[in-house]
Amino acid sequence: MASDSKSKILLVTLAVCAVCAVLVSVAAVGLKPRQEVNQRLEKLRNILDAGGLLRAGADVPEIYNRRIEADFIRLADGASMPENGIPEGVTPETFDFRRLAANPETGRTIEPKNDLAGLRRIPEFMPVYSVRDAAGKLSKVILPVAGKGLWSTMFGFLALDADFRTIRGFTFYEHGETPGLGGEIDNPRWQEKWQGKLAFSEDGQVMIEVLRGSVEAGDPLAPYRVDGISGATKTTQGVQGLVRFWLGGNGYGPFLDRAAEEGLNGAR
Amino acid sequence: MALVKKTLLDPVIRNNPIAIQVLGICSALAVTSRLDTTLIMCLAVIFVTSFSNVSISMIRSHIPSSVRIIVEMTIIASLVIIADQLIRAYFFDVSKQLSVYVGLIITNCIIMGRAEAFALQNPPWPSLLDGFGNGLGYSVILIAVAVVRELFGQGKLLGVSIIPLDTEGGWYTANGVLLLPASAFFLIGGLIWIIRTVHKDLVEEA
Repeated sequence: MASDSKSKILLVTLAVCAVCAVLVSVAAVGLKPRQEVNQRLEKLRNILDAGGLLRAGADVPEIYNRRIEADFIRLADGASMPENGIPEGVTPETFDFRRLAANPETGRTIEPKNDLAGLRRIPEFMPVYSVRDAAGKLSKVILPVAGKGLWSTMFGFLALDADFRTIRGFTFYEHGETPGLGGEIDNPRWQEKWQGKLAFSEDGQVMIEVLRGSVEAGDPLAPYRVDGISGATKTTQGVQGLVRFWLGGNGYGPFLDRAAEEGLNGAR
Repeated sequence: MALVKKTLLDPVIRNNPIAIQVLGICSALAVTSRLDTTLIMCLAVIFVTSFSNVSISMIRSHIPSSVRIIVEMTIIASLVIIADQLIRAYFFDVSKQLSVYVGLIITNCIIMGRAEAFALQNPPWPSLLDGFGNGLGYSVILIAVAVVRELFGQGKLLGVSIIPLDTEGGWYTANGVLLLPASAFFLIGGLIWIIRTVHKDLVEEA
């Protein structure tokens, strides 16, 4: 064993740290482009998954290009964004929620009392993805959503039927919740429970609710209620908050109203 | 040559880190429900055990004993981060399933244990073999457990259907218990039993 003089200890620890830091940085920076490609693909895959278009072994970008029509809408009034209102380089496929929300020119602050999703800031405009059937009729509209869970901001996609009321799919593509507990929001079996649930009441109130425990048989509100995940109360409350926020007046509410009024072509 | 063989192969059966030393059990439960995630996890562990042993062995005469553990941890943690980054870049789907368990290799007792018990006293070449062998020993058990769990739990291996399941018109009813983490306990217990029955000298005197 080496002598343990203070200067030697300092020297060795500093040298080890320096070498390790360089190696870790090289790996992180060098592999970043590849990881970003993976993340982009993962996002497209989630859009297809929420829209029920994902098949095993499918060519994700090909299906995306063929079946999905993407458009930017202004959240304030739900209108389609003019081309020149969108910063250069921002496309529906590479949409970066965090950066656009943080930028004072493209994002805005939400009042704390309205901030059900715990986001503080959101972009002024969002992409929406629509799916049409063979006859060209709108069948689903897929909305990007985000909100705070227990530890992290969760990012996902919520698909609504062409009636703009029934939920058709729900997926998450990025979150940092506890694996096995909150992380179960990734579980397809839980995501399936959202299928066919009604987000709004007849008169357009946001009704969807995530319970603690299961929906009881014979519950008159069952169409509006989804089972919680045990051990993940905070995360599922976060999911409820984000769904309510994004379907409400500060989220896609104006867009959905406008789309419903303008008929089935509203999403275009 | 005999030394090479002994250092490399001893940890695979006779001194297996999981079955004999009973180290690194937690990840063995968590990542073995499917063979593909298990294989990637094993590669990551072999990578980390080999290189942590080599690098610690190379600087073993310079590591002050008072900060020995923290220096070892720094090296191990860096290697694990590199392994994690590589998996995220090249095996994205698997990385989603492995989630935190790659990061948890840092706390895998096998790596720290081999650094302390072997790499600090031995030159780099035997240390590399020892690290590689221990990684291999870990992998052998994990792969055995994963094969049983995926084959009899889902009727598949590496996602390819081997036994036709009754849900898909076949004859085999999948054993759902094998998909739960606890089943790995029974399987590892069974393996320990078999190894101790074959190698009677491993059994401690009662």
